Amino acid sequence: MSAPLPKSIDETLSMLNSQDYVADRALATVLFLSLKMGRPLFLEGEAGVGKTEIAKVLAKALERPLIRLQCYEGLDISSAVYEWNYPAQMLEIRMSEAAGISDRDRLEHDIFADRYLIRRPVLEALSGEPGRPPVFLIDELDRTDEAFEAFLLEVLSDFQVTIPEYGTIKAAERPAVIITTNRTREIHDALKRRCLYHWVDYPNAERELEIVARKAPEANKRLSEEIVRFVQKLRQMELFKVPGVAETIDWATALTELDKIALDPATISDTIGVLLKYQDDIARLQGSEGKRVLDDVKAELASA
Amino acid sequence: METTASDPQKNSKPAEGRLADNIVYFARTLRKAGMKVGPAQVNDAIEAVLAAGIGTRHDFYWTLHSVLVTRHEDSVVFDEAFRLYWRSRDLVEKMLQMFSPKAADRSEKEKKRAAESRVAEALFEGQKNRDQEEEPPQVEFDARMSFSGQEVLREKDFAQMTASEMALAKKALSELRLPDDEVKTRRYKPSGRKQRVDPRRTMRYAMRTGGDLIIPQFREPRVVHPPLVVLADISGSMSQYSRVFLHFLHALTEHRRHVHTFLFGTRLTNITRQMRYRDIDAAIDDSARAVEDWSGGTRIGETLATFNRQWSRRVLSQGAIVLLITDGLERDEVDGLEHEMDRLHRSCRRLIWLNPLLRFEGFQAKAKGVRAMLPHVDEFRPVHSLETISDLCLALGTGTSSNRLKTPMDWLRELDRAA
Repeated sequence: MSAPLPKSIDETLSMLNSQDYVADRALATVLFLSLKMGRPLFLEGEAGVGKTEIAKVLAKALERPLIRLQCYEGLDISSAVYEWNYPAQMLEIRMSEAAGISDRDRLEHDIFADRYLIRRPVLEALSGEPGRPPVFLIDELDRTDEAFEAFLLEVLSDFQVTIPEYGTIKAAERPAVIITTNRTREIHDALKRRCLYHWVDYPNAERELEIVARKAPEANKRLSEEIVRFVQKLRQMELFKVPGVAETIDWATALTELDKIALDPATISDTIGVLLKYQDDIARLQGSEGKRVLDDVKAELASA
Repeated sequence: METTASDPQKNSKPAEGRLADNIVYFARTLRKAGMKVGPAQVNDAIEAVLAAGIGTRHDFYWTLHSVLVTRHEDSVVFDEAFRLYWRSRDLVEKMLQMFSPKAADRSEKEKKRAAESRVAEALFEGQKNRDQEEEPPQVEFDARMSFSGQEVLREKDFAQMTASEMALAKKALSELRLPDDEVKTRRYKPSGRKQRVDPRRTMRYAMRTGGDLIIPQFREPRVVHPPLVVLADISGSMSQYSRVFLHFLHALTEHRRHVHTFLFGTRLTNITRQMRYRDIDAAIDDSARAVEDWSGGTRIGETLATFNRQWSRRVLSQGAIVLLITDGLERDEVDGLEHEMDRLHRSCRRLIWLNPLLRFEGFQAKAKGVRAMLPHVDEFRPVHSLETISDLCLALGTGTSSNRLKTPMDWLRELDRAA
């Protein structure tokens, strides 16, 4: 059996906390509602703010299996929902031929049977074991095309799929669905309306510090504080891609591995690739701007 | 907003109905403020508030937010509306005290129905207004427009056209249809070409004969139009063309699957949503209102930088074609411009630059901007009369430039020779 669903927003918050996911109350509210109302949760936000992580944490906390569907352009039914095992089917035809079976209905029944059905993530999500409906993560939905989005409408409102040769498969218990997108394209309103929407923002300094403390516990306290403040400053700059929380954690880990106990311009310049992923941004920070930001951070910390 | 906010207090309905009523009114407020909130969402909102139970104002805020907001951009509107509507702290608190989740069972149904009827009313009201606005625009074809008349028009520069000729030009533009430009997708459709076997259909066909005959069936990749992103300059030097281009863009938006339209002068404005209005005049008027820098200066480099940073990753996916309409007369320094053009060029499938400056015979731009931009475009097209907008359609269509068209490098060399 899986763990019981949280009964209130506070319980949801402490559940996330127990799994080292530092969430704000807004996110806990939406997550609680989604579980309680049996609605898919639609999470939008910049890369690296912990959208995918929520699904993982949820599966762990509720002790349910996590089924992940990574979207990509051209994702179709045969790789998302089901596929037949064609070679085995061919073999079955030849076998029954050899056995002299000529009853068509029986042959059809034999060929389109459960054992030749290859289950893909969507089908898996709908046929979880009793009492343990899975957590179904549809990751980066914006990478796929509208055709797949339209297909999801049926899955997400009725929690069923139809296989022509086999029949309709309906989920006995609704899985907890989490959809994430990076907004590389606008998702259609029809789909969003079936979900609860939440924009996952970058955390504030206090929460980010807490996250770093949990995820990179070996990092020195002063170093983490400098790192978080530095990253928060970067987020206010007009960079091509500002660092996400994942990058902050990576940076904290990287600097700890290098036995650093405080930031200095040379270190920043050497390790900035962990934080920023575009050449323009890196060039900007390696120059005088990086030093200026660091000076601001040091001054702030000194006065605090 | 004042009246809707005070309505609930006047309401003399039984206490448990008030929360539902208030949410309905709140949803109407949001709708008036331009957000898309349907009746189903209002139901959901009530359900969600009941599910979340009694909480703080903060929880109440996020409960409503999760259901009523479906776009990040709407968060600001929601925030403001929430602050104004649930202004009185007491109101929220009272409301939250009024209903108890346990006793809600029976009254819930009534509440929903009350909400539904009201939302339906409100919607119907809106619908009527909309219908009046959207009186079918006169689209009768002008039979008097003879072939020769059109020919004259086609050779003429927009800048010199009279009002009536302009009307004809607009019409011709809106009748213009783009030929198909296609990209292969990773989806398949049945095909007669014997290249790729379609196992699923093969097996289904085999069943027709009871498995006696397994005749291979084939498939091929499906093709679709790539998205089209239009960046149009509306600064002073381009003003005489901009309205005409808007008509062209409107026709384009109606005709193609994905068209994103941006206007820029000194700042960048996304008018994609406005362009989706069916009625062309409504669409143009709305776009005109959305833009704040009509006929002002030009800062191409800066606006392109904004586009690259904020929009390119959102609209340039799936092999988009970019159509850049500008005369390339840059006020600012061109260092940034060249860099941004380079980035734009690298992030799209095809970059086509339309330059209306070519109306003068022997185009010799001394402008530094043109020089900076030319090396980074796939195609450089003159747009100064209807003739060349048809050329543009061809350019978008086949992607191959005919022999008489010069490449951007040819233009650049010509510039160097002239200098």
